[in-house]
Amino acid sequence: MSLFGEVPQAIPVAVFKLSNDFKDDPNPMKVNLGVGAYRTDEGQPWVLPVVKKVEKIIVADNSLNHEYLPILGLPEFRSSASKIALGEDSPAIQENRVGAVQCLGGTGALKMGAEFLRRWYNGNDNMKTPVYVSAPTWENHNSVFANAGFEDVRPYKYWDAEKRGLDLAGFLGDLETAPKHSIFVLHACAHNPTGTDPTHVEWMQVAEVMKRRKLFVFFDSAYQGFASGCLDKDAWAVRYFVTQGFEMFCAQSFSKNFGLYNERVGNLTIVARDADNVRRVLSQMEKIVRVTWSNPPSQGARLVAITLNTAELFAEWKDNVKTMADRVLSMRASLQAKLQALGTPGTWGHITQQIGMFSFTGLNPKQVEYMIKERSIYLMASGRINMCGLTTKNIDYVAKSIHETVVNVQ
Amino acid sequence: MALLKSSKIISTVGVHPPLGVLSIRASSWWSEVQMGPPDPILGVSEAYKRDTNPKKINLGVGAYRDDQGKPYVLSCVRKAEAQIAAKKLDKEYLAIGGLGDFTKACAKLALGDDNEVIKSGRNITVQTISGTGSLRIGANFLSRFHTEARDVYLPKPSWGNHTPIFRDAGMQLKAYTYYDPKTCGFDFQGALNDISKIPEKSVIMLHACAHNPTGVDPRPEQWKEIADLVKKRNLLVFFDMAYQGFASGDIDRDAWAVRYFIEQGHNIVLSQSFAKNMGLYGERVGGFTVVCKDAEEANRVESQLKILIRPIYSNPPMNGARIAATILNTPDLYKEWLGEVHGMANRIITMRELLVANLKKEGSTRNWKHVIDQIGMFCFTGLKPEQVERLTKEFSVYMTKDGRISMAGVTSGNVGYLAQGIHAVTK
Repeated sequence: MSLFGEVPQAIPVAVFKLSNDFKDDPNPMKVNLGVGAYRTDEGQPWVLPVVKKVEKIIVADNSLNHEYLPILGLPEFRSSASKIALGEDSPAIQENRVGAVQCLGGTGALKMGAEFLRRWYNGNDNMKTPVYVSAPTWENHNSVFANAGFEDVRPYKYWDAEKRGLDLAGFLGDLETAPKHSIFVLHACAHNPTGTDPTHVEWMQVAEVMKRRKLFVFFDSAYQGFASGCLDKDAWAVRYFVTQGFEMFCAQSFSKNFGLYNERVGNLTIVARDADNVRRVLSQMEKIVRVTWSNPPSQGARLVAITLNTAELFAEWKDNVKTMADRVLSMRASLQAKLQALGTPGTWGHITQQIGMFSFTGLNPKQVEYMIKERSIYLMASGRINMCGLTTKNIDYVAKSIHETVVNVQ
Repeated sequence: MALLKSSKIISTVGVHPPLGVLSIRASSWWSEVQMGPPDPILGVSEAYKRDTNPKKINLGVGAYRDDQGKPYVLSCVRKAEAQIAAKKLDKEYLAIGGLGDFTKACAKLALGDDNEVIKSGRNITVQTISGTGSLRIGANFLSRFHTEARDVYLPKPSWGNHTPIFRDAGMQLKAYTYYDPKTCGFDFQGALNDISKIPEKSVIMLHACAHNPTGVDPRPEQWKEIADLVKKRNLLVFFDMAYQGFASGDIDRDAWAVRYFIEQGHNIVLSQSFAKNMGLYGERVGGFTVVCKDAEEANRVESQLKILIRPIYSNPPMNGARIAATILNTPDLYKEWLGEVHGMANRIITMRELLVANLKKEGSTRNWKHVIDQIGMFCFTGLKPEQVERLTKEFSVYMTKDGRISMAGVTSGNVGYLAQGIHAVTK
């Protein structure tokens, strides 16, 4: 008799299972349009040139060691990371009301924010505060907040499948009817999985309702710089909300824009009313960090901090980011053009209208299954494709496959 | 800056006013957030930093220091880093359970190369965020799946962070007698008495070696009796092994208790840290192992561990795991590592001997044998809070109020001064 005799086999996390299936597929034409990681035109992972440079700097610096970081992380990482999100000249930073916690990737930042909110927001240990995540959203959002203790994680209308764009009316409607103090998880840019972002005007409308109805703003910023190629442009929504006087959280990931996926580099930026509130919030964040991972990993944070705080390296990084964003944009344009040339049924404008790494193709589950089984093209059941998986060498095959799928499978 | 382990309990949330929605919108969402109590160990380091006395000594630090009082990057680590850099590897996400080369080697290190458990595939070992992360995943796993018992029994005292970790995961904390303040040693009978009363299926936490904070470990014969009793009581054993190699200087010796328990049929859960024994503190390298009934069960358990890990941090950091894997899997690096660990443990042992010799030289007539008998990084001196306070105020020697000192902070350069101070406050 085992203590663990009753432990059931869990369903594997979809996106990782997809990658495993891709790996095991013997078809030489196979294409992986699943997991969200950047690929070069050769279909290879890309370690950013600036990262290679900084790694050499770190290795050569004998004054560096592997000692513990402070609980909240590397100070020069935290402050420079927050500056990236909020802007160098952010009034909130100047007014000393910004704090930050270095976390294990964007996931870790969401986790810390969620744990803090459950303990300290809207009462103490209030598990009943509704948490709204977009429909659809990154699948881990649900788990992060549920595991932090929130009992009521609900969708807010976001994606309009019919018109293949933002359901603004639905979104605003859910904001109007959400219980006061509800928490809303907003994608700062390059919405995952739809690639559909609100326009500036639409963001302003969202902000107006959230302010009036006292809803909590929790930004998830995993693609800053990666979406448009410009850091400031991609941070517009976050910065706008700051100018509107919100106290808010912003979970930042440096996995994609620095290509530091496996180093787990993230930052939870906290904007509060004043320095005293920041101080108390951070002191409680420390307690949560201590019982989760004690202190964060140093390598990735060092890398980012050195890069952001050294003028020429910072410039080089922005350039590397633009390289990635530009390749994605060119694949979007190319895919759309090819589908149109093929005369593939349906409208494909959304491919270039959407932004960031992902595109919600509109393919239904049956069509997705066909793509995987018959064409060895791996994408998520939702129809989400990672544009980075496209290359000049495989784009014809993918376009033809989509065409064939749409024509033959309904 | 070092993270310092303490025997003091760090409390988490403060008061609990009636649950309810804020009826009045205060000027900030966070007006009701209280200032968290200052950390007892960090407080020590902060105070140490502020002190201008050139003779000051920081004995709170839970990180190894060389004989110049400097952090020590192991030579095998630097070599491993150079090897890794030359390979020009990518930075793609690791699997949720971490780097395979690391987890396999991690399990072998703890259980022994030829262990039947590993051969039959009935262990699942996942990479974790050092020891803390490992304990937390373990606590979460037990909280979710070990539903017949909610109690975790810690030795009295234990690492200060054990309690908040298990509590935050939803378990209840109890204690069993462990340390005997009269002898500054192991209260074996007291431990057996308490353990014999622990309700069946409860979780019992055992420090594999180099008990933190006391430095007091059971002898092998005593471990055997404990293993026997624990089996009789049908308890779930949770081993915390944060100092393998660091305690005696010998990897296998330090893992003896873990291996013995497994041999005796205990299907344990185990947390490992490579913070101290590889000096990889800030890289956050650790492992969590569940020894299961068979490979099929290990598969099921693995799938559930992944479900637990994903909403916390998705997948673990690569850098430290790669370094550790390289060392463990490269014969000459592994050999070099064993030598360096031995060296670190030896320096600590030498400092223990020097401290006692110097205390005698100062004229102390107290029994300081426990300083040499205790093992690992920490020493429970037996000093009372008032004596500790004097030691800090008058001699600028910084340590925690419970009388614990980190031997790693002692050097041949400061041991004489330290003995002076300790003698002065205890004579």
